[in-house]
Amino acid sequence: MSTPEAVASQFLETDLNAKAKRNEKLFQILFGMMAGLLILPVLIILTTLVVKGSPVISLDFLLQDPTNGMTEGGIFPALIGTVWLVGVALLISVPVGVAAAIYLSEYAPDNWFTRAINLAIINLAGVPSIVHALFGVGAFVIFFGFGTSILAASATLAVMTMPVVIVATRESLQAVPPAFREACWNMGATRWQTIRRVVLPNSISGILTGVILEVSRTSGETAPVMFTGAAFFIPVLPESVFDQTMALSLHLFVVSTQVPNVPEALPYGVALVLISLVLLMNSVSIALRMYLRGKKKW
Amino acid sequence: MTDSTRQPAGNMPDINQRNLDWYIDKGVQYFVFLSGISAIVLIIGIFVFVTIEGFGFLLEDFSFSEFFLSQWWEPTDEDEPTYGILALMAGTASVTGLAMLIAIPFSLGSAIYVAEFATGKTRETLKVLIELLAAIPSVVWGFIGLSIMNPLIIDVFDVPVGLNILNAGVILGLMAAPIMTSICEDALKAVPDRYREAAEAMGATRWQVIYKTVLPAAKNGLLGGVLLGVGRGFGETMAVLMATGHAINIPGSIFDSVRALTATIAAELGETAVGSPHYQALFTIGIFLFTITFIINLTADLIVRGIRKS
Repeated sequence: MSTPEAVASQFLETDLNAKAKRNEKLFQILFGMMAGLLILPVLIILTTLVVKGSPVISLDFLLQDPTNGMTEGGIFPALIGTVWLVGVALLISVPVGVAAAIYLSEYAPDNWFTRAINLAIINLAGVPSIVHALFGVGAFVIFFGFGTSILAASATLAVMTMPVVIVATRESLQAVPPAFREACWNMGATRWQTIRRVVLPNSISGILTGVILEVSRTSGETAPVMFTGAAFFIPVLPESVFDQTMALSLHLFVVSTQVPNVPEALPYGVALVLISLVLLMNSVSIALRMYLRGKKKW
Repeated sequence: MTDSTRQPAGNMPDINQRNLDWYIDKGVQYFVFLSGISAIVLIIGIFVFVTIEGFGFLLEDFSFSEFFLSQWWEPTDEDEPTYGILALMAGTASVTGLAMLIAIPFSLGSAIYVAEFATGKTRETLKVLIELLAAIPSVVWGFIGLSIMNPLIIDVFDVPVGLNILNAGVILGLMAAPIMTSICEDALKAVPDRYREAAEAMGATRWQVIYKTVLPAAKNGLLGGVLLGVGRGFGETMAVLMATGHAINIPGSIFDSVRALTATIAAELGETAVGSPHYQALFTIGIFLFTITFIINLTADLIVRGIRKS
């Protein structure tokens, strides 16, 4: 005979249960705080950058040459130089990167050789940036005879950031359902016709997010361009890919460590422009990706 | 075979005919294959070109014991230049070590929170924020170490110099954590939902599910993510150059200034003559850095792949 109380007590919380639930809450709060602590200091730092840097920023700051031993004036040549470096780097890395992704997604068999390619891509992204710089000096500046030039610096940047394009493109190509391809093959189309008419149109926006992400990565890199094509100070704008140039990232390094008597606010301004550029590009890429995910038809 | 069977029926093209499309298709196939193997070519190219530039030093001035066991890095000494990277290795190791002490627990915690606890809008916001943090360029981090952390450390700990292991370690930790969080979160997400559902059906709480089921299943992926983070920290250049103080030193405490392997190359390469022993010695450090990161990446890949097979 069991009384109603005895039956009910079977469903009541035991001590063990209560402890487990307490643990759950405890760890949820602990890990939540860890995530917060990871983000909070960076937000504080970024706010400091904005507060200290924004007084310097003006149209003149963006559009004037540095003057008086780089202690006054603007950052115009560095800004234009970064545009050159990133543009030429994209011209090199995007065609090769997209083609490599097409190979990996559409052609490559699942064997040791493909695994070796994937491993090489991971390694390319993981090699220290200064080793990429050494490679740029040895290969592009000296061996191929580009000299210290935009071409050498951009080629170095292209090698370094190509994994970004490859990985993003491969992902968006693989997101196209296999049935799309099979339907096209059944119409008698060749592989390339299928890729060009069906696979690429359905993944082009995903590829674009990868390219924008690469712009963001490339514009912030410093070490690879230091010895291959970017110079501390050049008063004239580059006219061809064989000229040297200033770069925004290197300019920040120079004004904050190499130049004496820089007013305190100036490097903050440079840092703010650089980080705004990078984060803006990144946000555009993320926003585009989210928009596409919401719009997906299949 | 009669003529009528050779003739295509109606307007159907001959299936055995190699038309322009066929040749374009072949051409594209070769082009994308060449691009596909470019990654392998480049990795080998990096090793070859860096080795070529450093080769003269390896043949002539290189002595294994001096290079790895001497703490004197004095390549510009006129009488007797010495090339010992022991102090530089100690610098890199101490900064990377401190950075990992900070980054590993925090990124594991954040990854578990984002992947397992957070839901809906919170989750999306956290993911976007972490991705943006990972995008901050290293030269900006270096500048932050120089201009914000430096006075802060001097004030708080009452030490004469704020550019030291603590500064660079914290900066590097904050840099590596978002990357590690993303990779670890991917590893947790890769655990099939049916594992969680099975555990929940047994009456397990969220934490019990994570601790007993998800973490063991994601173990290799997490380890791989941590290793990749170590590799990134080890190879970081600009932030370490600007925040360590750049003084050759075997550190005794976290308030000592040190100098890292990567930073030495970045600081000195511009001042050396092409082909001089000093220049070649810097490339030899490059070979060393390349080899270590290659081993780290390879190990991470093998660990992650190990779980996929089983």
